[in-house]
Amino acid sequence: MAASPAISASGLTKSFGKHTVLKDVSIAVPQGSVLALLGPNGAGKTTMLRILTTLDKPDSGQVTVGGYDVVRESREVQSIIGVTGQSASIDEKLTGMDNLVMFGQLHQLSTRDAKARAKQLLEQFDLSDAANKTLKSYSGGMRRKLDLAASLIVAPPILFLDEPTTGLDPTSRVAIWNGIRELVRGGTTVLLTTQYLDEADQLADTITFLNNGRIIAKGTPAQLKAKLGVTRFVVTATSNEDFDKLAALLPSQILATEQRTRTVSFAAVSTSLDGLRSLASLIEQIAVAHIAIDNYSVQQPDLDDVFTQLTSQKDKENK
Amino acid sequence: MAHVTTVALRPQRHSRIYWLLRDTQILSLRSLKHIKREPDQLAGAVFQPILLIVMFNFLFGGAINTGSHESYINFVIAGIFIENAVLTAITASTSTATDMLTGVIDRFRTLPMHKSAILTGHVVSTLFSVLVGTAVMIGAGFIFGFRPHADFASWLAAIGLTALVTFGLSWVAVLIGLIGKSVEAVQQFGMILILPIIVSSAFVPTQTMPKWLQVFANNQPITQAIDAVRALLLGQPVGDHVRLTLIWFVGIIVVAYIAASVLFRRRTAD
Repeated sequence: MAASPAISASGLTKSFGKHTVLKDVSIAVPQGSVLALLGPNGAGKTTMLRILTTLDKPDSGQVTVGGYDVVRESREVQSIIGVTGQSASIDEKLTGMDNLVMFGQLHQLSTRDAKARAKQLLEQFDLSDAANKTLKSYSGGMRRKLDLAASLIVAPPILFLDEPTTGLDPTSRVAIWNGIRELVRGGTTVLLTTQYLDEADQLADTITFLNNGRIIAKGTPAQLKAKLGVTRFVVTATSNEDFDKLAALLPSQILATEQRTRTVSFAAVSTSLDGLRSLASLIEQIAVAHIAIDNYSVQQPDLDDVFTQLTSQKDKENK
Repeated sequence: MAHVTTVALRPQRHSRIYWLLRDTQILSLRSLKHIKREPDQLAGAVFQPILLIVMFNFLFGGAINTGSHESYINFVIAGIFIENAVLTAITASTSTATDMLTGVIDRFRTLPMHKSAILTGHVVSTLFSVLVGTAVMIGAGFIFGFRPHADFASWLAAIGLTALVTFGLSWVAVLIGLIGKSVEAVQQFGMILILPIIVSSAFVPTQTMPKWLQVFANNQPITQAIDAVRALLLGQPVGDHVRLTLIWFVGIIVVAYIAASVLFRRRTAD
């Protein structure tokens, strides 16, 4: 199993009734790496994750996790995976402690081990104070953390996370990112879905972009951004006169101008030293031309950019 | 959560049947914890039996002529045993529906466990509640003048039949819980289980009902169970009642268990 991928799918297709959710999707995640499934709502991310975690069955295609077939060897798959779904998969009527102990026991740990592990996880996720409170008194972030803790009980070699930080405050978000990084350092393979490019950027070794059930792009975060995203250098001029001067500068690099707000967006590249040099020369030209500005900013490409780019490419291909 | 350790914990190795029993035990304890954590449910489990005894004995006791020399409490206690069994069994419908309709089912489904333990857990917990409730009712009954004429074997048989009724109706409740599309709908629909107890020999002798209603009341399983338990407790001849109760409820258990299992497998694709 050493050379084979930890997670693999080939020719995976799934429909619900007449609606095809996944069309001929293939992925391979090497052991110890992180794959992010990126895509808008309804792209098929969650369905993909549900099939990989034995919750749904594929219509066709070969899907293995840890070398086990997800349909024929579901029990074996279940013993080596941890799963955190989109909605909290925890028992609302029990305490945080009771939840973790129960899930540990169902993972075939002895009651003693399950209790020790639950205590340890509650400490690590800063939930010790709430350990003996029922879930009703938990905030959204606390639930999310407990849910994540529940998927880490047996320190699974393969971890699946469905939008792990959606709806969380920035602090909890970073805490969960750090936790995931720590696990990956320990050798865990992670497959996560997300709507946020920055999250994929922070965590993933490779990104697979899903749209309408198909893979429309894959690569490392840097590759995807360089290929598809556009970094913008956005400048707001002080007066209409300055705006006109600004808009006349480097017309080949201008992406958009807006008279009303006196704003000009220049294309910039943020992933290389050459990009930095071209940005420096742009700034120098503005300074040399004595254009008065109110403010400027560098805007990184976001999911919208990449997505717009990808879908417009697809549309062209289809024509 | 600065350090998330990845200590390899060793799952224990045991036979399949061991894990089936172990998983069922874990999930049963979980259902019982739900009762402990929910003030309404806990109050229901403890006070409902006492309330039933007090209500029927004092409220209706004076007005109802049982048509025999037995006191009303001697007459009605068998009905109350079964009523408590029915009311408790119904709770398995909402707890099953809650499990199926909330996120927790997805975690259970991704664990290496026997999934059927989820359903069995709810049934075992209602059974346990009924046995505790029945003990409470026996105690309360004695305080309010219940004087049975049963030997030890008859006591065992009466409690055994009460447990059988609980077990059967709990599986019916689980089935209702699996069919329902929302917890509220299940709660409403579960109420149909109360109907047979109202139209039965629980609180009034069926001879006082109109003829057409007697046909239903005399021939339904709940009346058989109540008449059997009543005869056992009062040392009267049990006639066909015990045999018919066994036939009815073993049949109900087989049908409801199979239907629930099939539906559960379909819903969870286990």
